[in-house]
Amino acid sequence: MFIHTFLVSLGRYLQLMGRALSKPERWRVYGRQYVTEMAALGVDSIGIVLLISFFIGAVICIQIKLNIQSAWMPLWVSGYVTREIMLLEFSSSIMCLILSGKVGSNIASELGTMRTTQQIDALEIMGVNSAAYLILPKVAGLVTMIPLLVVFSTASGIIGAYATAYIGGIITPSDLTAGLQHDFTAWFFWMGVIKSLFFAFIISSVSAFFGYTVQGGSVEVGRASTNAVVSSSMLILFSDLFLTKLLS
Amino acid sequence: MITLKNIVKSFEDKVVLQDVSSMFQPGLTNLIIGQSGSGKTVLMKCIVGLLTPEQGQVLYDDRNLVTMTKRERTLLRREMGMIFQSAALFDSMTVMQNVMFPLDMFSSESAHRRAERALYCLDRVGLSNATQKFPGEISGGMQKRVAIARAIALKPRFLFCDEPNSGLDPKTSAVIDELISDLTHELGTTTIINTHDMNSVHTIGEHILFLRHGKNDWEGSMKDIEDTASQALKEFINPQMAHH
Repeated sequence: MFIHTFLVSLGRYLQLMGRALSKPERWRVYGRQYVTEMAALGVDSIGIVLLISFFIGAVICIQIKLNIQSAWMPLWVSGYVTREIMLLEFSSSIMCLILSGKVGSNIASELGTMRTTQQIDALEIMGVNSAAYLILPKVAGLVTMIPLLVVFSTASGIIGAYATAYIGGIITPSDLTAGLQHDFTAWFFWMGVIKSLFFAFIISSVSAFFGYTVQGGSVEVGRASTNAVVSSSMLILFSDLFLTKLLS
Repeated sequence: MITLKNIVKSFEDKVVLQDVSSMFQPGLTNLIIGQSGSGKTVLMKCIVGLLTPEQGQVLYDDRNLVTMTKRERTLLRREMGMIFQSAALFDSMTVMQNVMFPLDMFSSESAHRRAERALYCLDRVGLSNATQKFPGEISGGMQKRVAIARAIALKPRFLFCDEPNSGLDPKTSAVIDELISDLTHELGTTTIINTHDMNSVHTIGEHILFLRHGKNDWEGSMKDIEDTASQALKEFINPQMAHH
């Protein structure tokens, strides 16, 4: 039964993506919508990304310094570990998990409400490909903005780590700087960016699928929003496993 | 002209429309009436292509909507305007942007001409002073008028209204009815209105199709309705009769 439901949903998702990722009727209108979505999904998420990354960067640095570092380890190890965790996992995967909650529920509830209030029917009656008009700019907007959010997240995490050095006095700034610069591999940064592009597609397309296909009223919109967050989070976790193996 | 031929539609084992046939002439206000659950909304959805009937034909002039390709259907839909029960305005857009939307999407005219057309449509429904308001900031009656302006923006040949008076007071309902009727005669559109509002039937009904249990129970003009032999229609237009 579960497999049947999964296959039916997968089929519907692929059909919807086929419609959504088709040529726009009017590039100008889609372009305007694309800019709007970049602002709504990307720019409006910068605040939460900066805030969470700052504290996580600070906490990782403190944890490593106080609980992991010992006399036989070099002094720069806290900075080194903070950088690697931020670059390899937090700023791409964990940050996208957090965004799936914020952005995913936003997309699902917006499209679900448009469905229940017949706004999607109105688009269809006008002869507009409603799937493309509503979903394509969201997917493109989030995929465009996500590398920027990864950069902001990493930078904010490092600033958080420096805050523990300058304000908390947990580690000396020079040890932290030495750790952050130690054996830097640029590919790790690009790995995070590449992973985040996949995750951005998952968040936007899966959430759009749940919102677009709502049937019923406000209860179903709420359920779709929850399903969107749960499903996109699960898919991010699974694909993180494969992408990490593939890209490492 | 829209012609329905032997439309059958069911959901799982429940037959909602049974062999419905009718003809809707251009320049007339064609009303589909019937009690709740009689199949009015399903029939309207079949006519506009939001649902596909299992059997029968929906002919726009001579073009059968049911067998059309996706491309043909999309092109046909650009000749349609629809006013939904809930107005279905895009709530992230202003009144002006809502009316501009179909023009921006499909009109090849300059931005200035498109804005002029949108303003004309808003002026036609008496809302030229509300262009910058959002749907959430205006009344239900005004929302319906914006929906009418949006529906006529591309000068449609076919106009559909699903319960246009739903949730409106009698005075505002009369304004909406008059507006739809005037636009039908002015633009020569084939207008189909789905309603159970008897005031609408009496004031703007030129051709009426009475649906009962998913069947075409009666059809004719407002004049014919007085002499109908259909007991169900008599009871529908005058519920008091049912008790005598």
